[in-house]
Amino acid sequence: MSMLAIRDLHSGYGDVPILHGFDLDIEERMIGAVVGANGAGKTTTMRAVAGILPTWRGEISLAGERIDGLTPRQRVEAGVVLVPEGRKLFPSMTVRENLELGSLHPRAKAARAQTLEQVFDIFPRLLEREGQKAGTLSGGEQQMCAIGRGLMSLPRLLMLDEPSLGLAPIIVQTIFDIVRRIREEGVTVLMVEQNVRHALALSDRAWVLEQGRVEFEGAGQEMLNDDRVRKAYLGM
Amino acid sequence: MSDVYLQALLSGLMIGGVYALVAVGLTLIFGVMDIINFAHGEFLMFGMYAAFFASVLFGIDPYVTAVLALPAFFAVGWAIQGTLIKPVVGKSHAIQILLTLGLSLLLQALAQYLFSADFQSLKLDYADATLQIAGARIGWTRVAAFAISMGLCLALWLFLQRTDTGKALRACAEEHEGSLAVGIDLGRMYKIAFGLGIACVAIAGIAMTPFFYVAPVVGPKFTLVAFVIVVLGGLGNIPGAVAGALIVGVVESVGALVMPSPSLKDLAVYVLFILVLLFRPQGLFGGKGA
Repeated sequence: MSMLAIRDLHSGYGDVPILHGFDLDIEERMIGAVVGANGAGKTTTMRAVAGILPTWRGEISLAGERIDGLTPRQRVEAGVVLVPEGRKLFPSMTVRENLELGSLHPRAKAARAQTLEQVFDIFPRLLEREGQKAGTLSGGEQQMCAIGRGLMSLPRLLMLDEPSLGLAPIIVQTIFDIVRRIREEGVTVLMVEQNVRHALALSDRAWVLEQGRVEFEGAGQEMLNDDRVRKAYLGM
Repeated sequence: MSDVYLQALLSGLMIGGVYALVAVGLTLIFGVMDIINFAHGEFLMFGMYAAFFASVLFGIDPYVTAVLALPAFFAVGWAIQGTLIKPVVGKSHAIQILLTLGLSLLLQALAQYLFSADFQSLKLDYADATLQIAGARIGWTRVAAFAISMGLCLALWLFLQRTDTGKALRACAEEHEGSLAVGIDLGRMYKIAFGLGIACVAIAGIAMTPFFYVAPVVGPKFTLVAFVIVVLGGLGNIPGAVAGALIVGVVESVGALVMPSPSLKDLAVYVLFILVLLFRPQGLFGGKGA
């Protein structure tokens, strides 16, 4: 069974449609990447899955259970966690407070101390910066804090929206290494990336989105060698 | 001569403490929801009437009423947020101002209808007891109002700093999408913020009832002063609001002495307000979350 199954999803902002119906399936413990031009609907997809945007038509299921009728809070509890584009940390609160705010629902709260230890194990940097305000962190540290905050919710599906945006190449590598590690811990990862080459190399499955529809999909490595993808997104 | 100034300073601090509780409620609501509640002072007025009638009709001491009123006004604020305010959250400021200003007028009219337009005041047997500090005398009821207000401000601050719900309130004051991403229920946070804000201002009214007149028109002055304080302290900044309130209390009270006519005391406050807007528009202590 798929960890996340999207069927004929329609969504958008206000009354402006962005997604015009598409299907997406990602298996448990896979890394999936959604790539495509700006405005293709990548971020909209993630927001719709997280419940920040409404599902106008279609179905979203997590491990076989419909979630499209749930509130954002209920979806976090069910294990769907979004790390939004631009991190969206709480800038004047400390790193520790930001992480704690990731574990508000009862199941996460009960495991808070333990999960916090795991997050600090993955991101030793965050432990060093524990008492520092999140707004004063470097871009890479902020991304670590945002991913850490997401992990605090004990996700089954972690959605990363542009995790490498605005980061130095060496930090990008660190972030992608961490994505791999998160998958090893049993979490399914779905990410949106403008760094297409990196994203495809890392992912088990990838979808190319164009104007609110899936244009084509396949295994990440295959896509790297696909002429259409190479022409359109890798400039070769 | 110096006794006069000490007297003014202490009186100003005492009333400034009450202003702080009024302003903290306003700034909390603003911080979390981005709405200025222009009906804020009307809840102070209803708090006063609650204390007044509890005392006159049932012989309940205002300080007892304060304890009972805390959950009651929290519930009132919760309900008003869930019905009247909810539809305008995130809408244009013009719509929000019309709504809260309209609510203010409605509540004043309701108070006139229910309680008459007369100015009334409580006669309590302990109302005249004073505390001597050097050459100055301060009424105990004012000291009590100050202590209650500061105590509640501190309690609110600790709630926001230490508890998960408090941290979630601060989180949604800072970052809406981030709050949704971690699964904070924004609708519930708005109700809690409005409930707490209304409870604070109502308790401020109750704490003043032993020494202040009660009338349907008492509210707007406090809304305006609280608004000035909130801007002084930095919009959404709670410690800033407390400091701003004490400053305004003292400026108002000392201003009454140094201005050519005591009736110009408010002028000193507004001059300070305009100076801050001109030279430090982010407030004396910085904005949200600082």
